Amino acid sequence: MEKEKSILSDESNIRPPATQVGVLGWTKKNLFDGPWNTALTLLILFFLWKVIPPLINWFFIESRWASTSAECYAADGACWSIITYNIRFIIFGLFPPHLQWRPLTAMLLLAGMLFYSRDRRHWGKGLGYAWAVALFVMGLLMKGGLFGLAPVESTQWSGLPLTLMLSVFGMVAAYPLGVMLALGRRSRMPAIKSLSVVYIEMIRGVPLISLLFMSSVMFPLFLPEGITINKILRAQVAIILFTAAYIAEVVRGGLQAISRGQYEAAESLGLNYYQQMRLIILPQALKIVIPPTVGILISAFKDTSLVVIIALYDLLKTTQSVLSNPKWMGFSAEAYIFIALIYFICCYAMASYSRRLERELGANT
Amino acid sequence: MKGFKIGLGALAILLMAISGGMAGETLDAVRAKGFVQVGVNQGLFGFGMADENGTWRGLDVDTGRAIAAAVFGDANKVKFTPLTAVQRFTAVQSGEVDVLCRNATRTLSRDTALGLDFGHVNYYDGQGFLITRKLGVKSAKELDGATVCVLPGTTTELNVADFFRSNNMQWKPVVIESTPELNKAFFAGRCDCLTSDISQLAGIRAVAPNPGEYMILPEVISKEPLSPAVRHGDSEWRDIVDYTVLALINAEELGINSKNVDQMLKSNDPKVQRFLGVTPGNGKALGLDEKWAYNIVKQVGNYGEVFDRNVGPDTALGLARGLNALWTDGGLMYSPPFK
Repeated sequence: MEKEKSILSDESNIRPPATQVGVLGWTKKNLFDGPWNTALTLLILFFLWKVIPPLINWFFIESRWASTSAECYAADGACWSIITYNIRFIIFGLFPPHLQWRPLTAMLLLAGMLFYSRDRRHWGKGLGYAWAVALFVMGLLMKGGLFGLAPVESTQWSGLPLTLMLSVFGMVAAYPLGVMLALGRRSRMPAIKSLSVVYIEMIRGVPLISLLFMSSVMFPLFLPEGITINKILRAQVAIILFTAAYIAEVVRGGLQAISRGQYEAAESLGLNYYQQMRLIILPQALKIVIPPTVGILISAFKDTSLVVIIALYDLLKTTQSVLSNPKWMGFSAEAYIFIALIYFICCYAMASYSRRLERELGANT
Repeated sequence: MKGFKIGLGALAILLMAISGGMAGETLDAVRAKGFVQVGVNQGLFGFGMADENGTWRGLDVDTGRAIAAAVFGDANKVKFTPLTAVQRFTAVQSGEVDVLCRNATRTLSRDTALGLDFGHVNYYDGQGFLITRKLGVKSAKELDGATVCVLPGTTTELNVADFFRSNNMQWKPVVIESTPELNKAFFAGRCDCLTSDISQLAGIRAVAPNPGEYMILPEVISKEPLSPAVRHGDSEWRDIVDYTVLALINAEELGINSKNVDQMLKSNDPKVQRFLGVTPGNGKALGLDEKWAYNIVKQVGNYGEVFDRNVGPDTALGLARGLNALWTDGGLMYSPPFK
């Protein structure tokens, strides 16, 4: 052992030329390797030099963080005051200001539940009950009317709580529906199969916008006079139906990837259809399709912003509403950057959690 | 095809029968639920918009509050439903809202084929052009070959096309979906002029980086009488909406405002006495409390106050009364006698 070590250290005494290692070596190898790459590097450096300093200047140095709109118009930089001044409205929208601790608590509860459920060791019946209770409490906090909480109209639900509600309920309800549709599409029973196919293809054949329009413009005309269904509920149902169709196709892909042998083995064990799916097929199939499923959930989350077109006050709409105030009209870039950040945080959290889940379940192998 | 047409006709008759059966019932339904559901713009400064506390403000919003004051004697017994341009008429037809106060232009086809009834105009608007002074144009007739920034899907786009065609001029539309982006495009110089309702142009000009560089051309190329709308076939409810707007106007004409309304109760003028319900009659005729007009003026104000509060010279829109002045001041606001 001793000898080997000394040999190693002897050899490491001979250093390679300075131009091949260290910062200099790396730079030469990766950035200035030949005339073409050198030109590209210089071009990009020039571009960054032109772009980055003004951007930093706009973002930080010349920016206003807590001023009136008039000072913002006078300044050259970004006007973050539009956010700091209107943050309450952007986040909570039309919710009565003196009650806004309620949506805030509901959102914190949701974040807490999601954080706790992140760990697979916590998964179990208890967690299921905890979610049921938590969802009930969140609904109660939003709606009120019980235990001395003042009732709040659903038309006043808006901003981030509405966006989260539409997406969380949308995903939670769409996933099982999607799995059922996928199983239905592979069913041997012609009625179920054709129903599933028709449903999936019909929903996938139209854009979400048209579904939302149908739910908000056409649907009320078909109802008897005097009966109206809550606008948020109608949009929520449209989002669920839409997302489910896409999840169904992804899950079907997973089901087809399971080899015939698995199905036959399950049958030969004497398991009935429900048991086969529950114990053998779905656990494998759903694991395979984690990446595309998360892709769909992420796009479903972002698609909730389309409810703007039916005048629901989600996060995007509250921001637009602030922007249509002449006081703040010119600062759309700042406002959109801010809500883009919120969307990014949520989507990135979903994406990184899915990577973790894949790793834990060994789906990569 | 023939069968389809017959079916459609039958459906129309059925729908008419249903709405006919509902005549006179809107007021009862509104009273039963305890508030007026008003459809408003989802974000138009000065007409219908939520402020930073989530309180709805605007000329149309105040019209809705006035209706609540007339019906309940309480301007706060009102709920607002934000609606897009596409949804607004469906929301009235389906009964989702009791009245639509959403800067809707009253037109013949909307009044008839769409199954709506309009109340009195609460704002006379018209379409115009905002240009940069650098263009050196003094009249819209000189805009031949101009690029025009315009919002898609409303009558605005149609009007501007009509205007250029009827004057044998060429134009290039720059169509942008959202108002803030449209304004940005105009200020960035992507188009020579911006066309919209003049009430909007004034607000857009007010927030320009340098308002002095821009001007509104004198031509008004369309008539936009903005009115509240209700479902066709309920005259009783329509009268209430109609006379609520007229009460705002009449109050201004009689010199009654929210501050002096209590003193005015002691006025000897028979017109004022009838209007404020000191001499009863008007309330009963409308199916309302005799104090209905008093409540409107006391809680919401007269038309002039509503105008000044939402779109007047001291607001960001800074609009002059213009066509919306009383007829005695050269405007179009004229109320029939309240007797």
